[in-house]
Amino acid sequence: MDRFLYLTFDGLSRGAVYAAFALALVLIWRAARIVNFAQGAMAVATAYAGYSVTSATGSYWLGFAVAIVGGLVLGAVVERVVMRFVDHSSPLNGVVVALGLVLIIQGVLGMIYGNEFRPAEAPFSRDAFQIGGVALLSRYDLFVFAAVGAVVVLLTLLFTRTSTGLRMRAAAFAPDVSRLLGVPVGGMLTLGWALAAAVGSLAGMLVIPTELGLHPNAMDLLFISAFTAAVLGGLDSPVGAVVGGLVVGLVLTYVSGYFGANVAPMAVLILLVVVLLGRPDGLFSKARARTA
Amino acid sequence: MTIVEPRATKTKSRQKSVGRKLSPVLVVIVGAALVVTLTYVLPPFRNYQLATIGAYLCVTAGLTVLTGLNGQLSLGHGALMATGAYTLALWQNKFDQLLPGIVLAVLVTTAVGAIIGLAAARLRGPYLAGLTLAVAVVVPSITSTFDGTFNSDQGLSVALDPPPGVIPVEQWQAWICWAAALLTALVLAYLIRGRFGRDLRAVRDDETAAKLAGVGVARTQVLAFVVSAACAGLAGALFAVLAQSVSPGAFPLTLSLFLVMAIVIGGLGRLSGALIGAFLLVALPSVAQSIAEDAGSQHLEGNLALTFFGVVLVLVMLAAPGGLASLRLRRRNRKSHA
Repeated sequence: MDRFLYLTFDGLSRGAVYAAFALALVLIWRAARIVNFAQGAMAVATAYAGYSVTSATGSYWLGFAVAIVGGLVLGAVVERVVMRFVDHSSPLNGVVVALGLVLIIQGVLGMIYGNEFRPAEAPFSRDAFQIGGVALLSRYDLFVFAAVGAVVVLLTLLFTRTSTGLRMRAAAFAPDVSRLLGVPVGGMLTLGWALAAAVGSLAGMLVIPTELGLHPNAMDLLFISAFTAAVLGGLDSPVGAVVGGLVVGLVLTYVSGYFGANVAPMAVLILLVVVLLGRPDGLFSKARARTA
Repeated sequence: MTIVEPRATKTKSRQKSVGRKLSPVLVVIVGAALVVTLTYVLPPFRNYQLATIGAYLCVTAGLTVLTGLNGQLSLGHGALMATGAYTLALWQNKFDQLLPGIVLAVLVTTAVGAIIGLAAARLRGPYLAGLTLAVAVVVPSITSTFDGTFNSDQGLSVALDPPPGVIPVEQWQAWICWAAALLTALVLAYLIRGRFGRDLRAVRDDETAAKLAGVGVARTQVLAFVVSAACAGLAGALFAVLAQSVSPGAFPLTLSLFLVMAIVIGGLGRLSGALIGAFLLVALPSVAQSIAEDAGSQHLEGNLALTFFGVVLVLVMLAAPGGLASLRLRRRNRKSHA
């Protein structure tokens, strides 16, 4: 039972990271109808930048800020320079271009930093507090919850309470009408990509200290898990992404806790297959998922 | 779901007349003669590279059918290749009979492909890409979970009989690979010329219209996946023969991405594009490696090819979604109109 409790809290912490990453995928999907397969690679790139700054200056928080701002910039650049010019008549085109970006980013990172794992330290202790003799949460877990919670609240406020958020939703929902009404649709799209990439970078910064460390391929599995989470919640639903992230985090932690870490990727695959075949529109979808 | 051949209606008559003139049997015979001649002229290492092109051609030809003609994107064909390679390795270490081993590898991969294909037929666009990506990522996890059979990250070695007579190993490998590749190309060429090819294109271009015309949409999609999986299994078995070992490191996610990239750059929807793609898959890393060796940088090795592939892929997708082969076709058309 102790172990179950411990795994539950560990799973929620892991799930919070998946939720943030899934949220990044959902943001771009809602804005541009593209699943950004380069999200993982982009997050790794900014994490490398962040840790370079950290090791140069000795300040974790400066590196953290650089990673988040780097995410904003990288997202905007990817949208402005590449994605804007992709032919969107077929959803495959966007996917293939994103895969090209994955290759470029991983290749460049490998050229600069090499293809070995680099240690990445956490800003807080990862030793769990003892509550009633049971190890439950570490300071780092609390930091993860706080960071992801802040992102969720800020995004909710942005989209429901500000005129910029309203413009972004309008631009995604009806681009032509919005343009006639004076909404800078292109700019809103760029802003959406920048925000999503920054959220992805945050998820990357949060997850990398808990895994093997920095590596150009470090986010491949995280991407699959977050994609599963986003599909589980419905690609159109931010609430679904958060719930899906927590569910996937819990399932994966239970599986690796009771059956071994090697089994976890297979569990993701099985979960994804079950979701896609059982409820491809996600748990929280209101309408049928778009097929194109 | 049309990623390719936006000019299909314009060029249909042309393609047909070209196709009539070039009988696949003739192309394959000429190709075989060319390859056999080359293997006697080339030094051993070039023969090995030639063999690798043949092995890649099997899987790129299959993917061309799946992605180019049927509009399904698979990022999991590296994993299917691993299935074929491991099947052959396990068989060879027990029975040491190459030909039945390759056939078995194809059959096992076909079965695995059928399972994935059944799921894939219900999925579209990014959903399908995500599922197959998960399949590609899961390979190392499977080999280390069942390490009694697959021996985890170290992988298995593949027992191979020495080639008959006094032929060098590399030449023998080139013959095996190209025999398989040309056979695959021949079978696929006849498959896509007939009713099956028409069904594939009909489903890709308009599912509803295809359904109304009596084409079984799901059945066609599963069949396309199964055919391309069989090709991937064959290619995987050939890779096991080439490297004489199999390990999860030989089938990383990057391999699956490279395969997609090769057929996109080669030009989707044509078997000639698959050949260009297979050639690039061998030539580009080789060029990149010699550059890296000249520069004397360890970090460049492999990563230069990765970057280069990525840049070319993005540029090709932005410039011409049909790939280089379609560019070439268009240019020729313009000349004939002028």
